[in-house]
Amino acid sequence: MASIEMRNIVKKYGDGFPAVNDVSMDIADGEFMILVGPSGCGKSTLLRMIVGLEDITSGDMVIGGNRVNDKAPRERNLSMVFQNYALYPHLSVFENIAFPLRLAKAPEDEVKRKVTEASDVLELGEHLDRKPANLSGGQRQRVAMGRAIVRDADAFLFDEPLSNLDAKLRGQMRTEISRLQRRLGITTVYVTHDQTEAMTLGDRVCVLRKGVIQQVASPRELYEQPVNLFVAGFIGSPPMNFLPATVSGATLQTPFGPIELDATRAEQVAGRELVLVGIRPEYFEDASLVDGAKRDLGTTFTAKVDVTEWLGDSQYAYIPYEAPPEVDAQLKELSRELDSDQLRTQAIVSIDSTSRIREGREAEFWLDARKIHVFDPESGQNLTRDEEAGAELTRMAAEDRESGL
Amino acid sequence: MSTREKVLWVVAGIAIVVYALFPVGWIVSLSLKSSDDIANGQFLPTALSWENYEQILVGDAAELFLPALRNSFGIVLIATFIACVLSMFAAYAIARLDFTGKKLILSTALAVAIFPVISIVTPLFNLWRQIGLYDTWPGLIIPYLSLTLPLSIWTMSAFFREIPWEMEQAAQVDGATTWQAFRKVIVPLATPGVFTTAIIAFFIAWNDFAYGISLTSTSASRPVPAALGLFSGASQFESPNGPIAAAAVIVTIPVVVLVLIFQRRIVAGLTNGAVKG
Repeated sequence: MASIEMRNIVKKYGDGFPAVNDVSMDIADGEFMILVGPSGCGKSTLLRMIVGLEDITSGDMVIGGNRVNDKAPRERNLSMVFQNYALYPHLSVFENIAFPLRLAKAPEDEVKRKVTEASDVLELGEHLDRKPANLSGGQRQRVAMGRAIVRDADAFLFDEPLSNLDAKLRGQMRTEISRLQRRLGITTVYVTHDQTEAMTLGDRVCVLRKGVIQQVASPRELYEQPVNLFVAGFIGSPPMNFLPATVSGATLQTPFGPIELDATRAEQVAGRELVLVGIRPEYFEDASLVDGAKRDLGTTFTAKVDVTEWLGDSQYAYIPYEAPPEVDAQLKELSRELDSDQLRTQAIVSIDSTSRIREGREAEFWLDARKIHVFDPESGQNLTRDEEAGAELTRMAAEDRESGL
Repeated sequence: MSTREKVLWVVAGIAIVVYALFPVGWIVSLSLKSSDDIANGQFLPTALSWENYEQILVGDAAELFLPALRNSFGIVLIATFIACVLSMFAAYAIARLDFTGKKLILSTALAVAIFPVISIVTPLFNLWRQIGLYDTWPGLIIPYLSLTLPLSIWTMSAFFREIPWEMEQAAQVDGATTWQAFRKVIVPLATPGVFTTAIIAFFIAWNDFAYGISLTSTSASRPVPAALGLFSGASQFESPNGPIAAAAVIVTIPVVVLVLIFQRRIVAGLTNGAVKG
C-alpha cells in the first residue's frame, strides 16, 4: 500500500497541446480517489501517467515516497483494470488471474492459493477453466479485477471499468468495487465520466477540465459548495439550473421573479450587475404542496411548463425562459463543454411525484432560496461559496473513511 | 431459403468444385496411365498402372526426382522459417512502434513483391557465380526470402494490428518486460497469423520455377519444379507426360497435407473475448 503524490504534472503531446496541465494532488494511503470530467479532459491520460504507460513531460510522480517518473510500469507495482478488460484470450480464467504471479515466478502452491482466494472473493470459482471468450461481460470484468487483486499491488487503477456493462450490471459491479476496496483498504484511483460512480464510490473526487484540476473534494462538498460554474454544472443529475439575474441591493431579478438574498450573500454579490444564479432542480417544488412554515423561507413564482416527466418516485418539469444574449452564449458554451449540448435555455425542476402540474399550463412553483449559489458569468467563479462549510464536509468524509477502515 | 434456392446453390457449388478440381483429376488420371495408354483418348486410364510412379521413385527418373524433392523440402522449409521469424519482428515493429521510414519500409516491401522475378534472375545468375552461391542451398534460400518476406510482412502486420494494444499494456502493468509481453501475450495471439503467413510463404517458395531452373545446375540444389522440366522420355520420340504427371501429384501432396494440418489453427477469431465483444 502506498500514497500517491503528484507535483505539477504536465503532459504535452507532440503538437504542444497540454493534455494535462500543472496537476498537483495528494492521494492518501488507502484512499479512493475519483478522476472525473467530460471526454477529453485528460483524466485517462493522468491515470496512464500514474501507471507508467504514458511519459510525463514535467513534474514529479511520487508513489510510496519514491519518484517513479523514469520507472517502467512493471517496476511500479500497481495493478490496473482496463476499460475493455484486456484479458488474455489464449489463457484460461485461472491463468489470466495467475498471470502476474507467473511473471513474478511465484511457486505453484502459492499461485494456486492466491488465485483461489481471489476467485472466491469475486465468485469466479466455477469459471476457472473457461476461456474469456465464453464469459459474459460482467464475468470478464470480474476476471480483470481478479488479475488486479491477486498480487499485493501498492495501488489499484481503474480506467472506466464499468462503461462497457449494461445499466443494471453496472450498478451491481459498482457496489462490488466499493466493497472490495473497503475490504482490502488499498489506495485506488478510478477514472470515470459517470457521475453516479463518482459520487457513490469516491472518498474524494477530482474534477478535471481541459487538463486542469477544478476542484478536489468529497462528493458532498462538490455538490453543495462547488467552486465554479463548471463543477456546479457537472456534478448533479439533472444538472444545476443557471438563471441569469440582475442584482439590485439584496434582491436578484431573475426570469422567475425576484429572489431575496440573506445578508452574507447580499454582501458577496454587492457591486455586480449581471450574475448567474445556480439552483439545483430539487430546490424547487410545486407551490401547492409546500406547507406554510416552509413557504416563507423561499419565493413563489408562476411559469408555463413545457414538458413534464413522471418517473414514479419523482417528477421533473421543464420550464423555458429567455436569457439575455451575453449570458446565453456563455451558457451554450458551458453546456457544450459538459457534453450535454442543451438546445434551449430551460430550467429543469424536480417536483413531488404526486404533483398535478401538467404540461402546457401555467403553474405556481416554490423556490428554496437558502441553498442557491451565485456565479460570476465572466470567470465562472462561485461568489457565494462557503469555504469553511465545504472543508467541513470533506473533513467529515475523511473521518467516516478512517473509522470505516 | 426456399427449396428452389437451395437446389440452385447446390448446383452452382458443384459446378464450381468440378471446374476447379477437373485439372487435378486429370493429372491424377494421367499419372495412372501406362505409357502406351497415354493417348487412349479418354479421361480414365484403360488399366491402372503404377509405371510412372515406379519410374520417378525407383526407376530412371529417380536420380533426378528424389534429390530434387529433398532439395525442395530443405530449401523451402528453411526459407519459410527465416521469413516467418524476420517478418514477425518486422511486422510487430510496423504495427506497434512509431519510427521514421515506416511507410518507406512497407512500400519498399510492396515494390519488391511486384518486381518481376525474371528481370532479376540474370543479374543474380552472374552475381551468384562470382561469389560462389550458384547451385547451392543458400543460393536459392536468399532469393526465396525476397519473394516471401514482403508478403509475409504485409500479412503479419495486418494480424498484429488486430491485437489490441491494451493486451500488451496490461501485461506490462502485470509485471512483464517488453520481451515477456511479446512472447507470452502477443506471439500466442498472433499464432493464426504466423501459420497463415508460413503457409503462404511455403507455397510461394515451393512453386517457384524461374529461380530454381536458373540458379542451379546439378542435383546438389535443384528443386522439384526445375527437375520436372528436365524429365525426358525413354526415347526422343516419347514425351515424358506420364512421369511428369506422377511427380506433380507427389509434389501436391505436402501442400494438401500442410493445409489440412494447419486448417484449424488458421481459423481466425482467437482474439474473441479479449475485449468487449
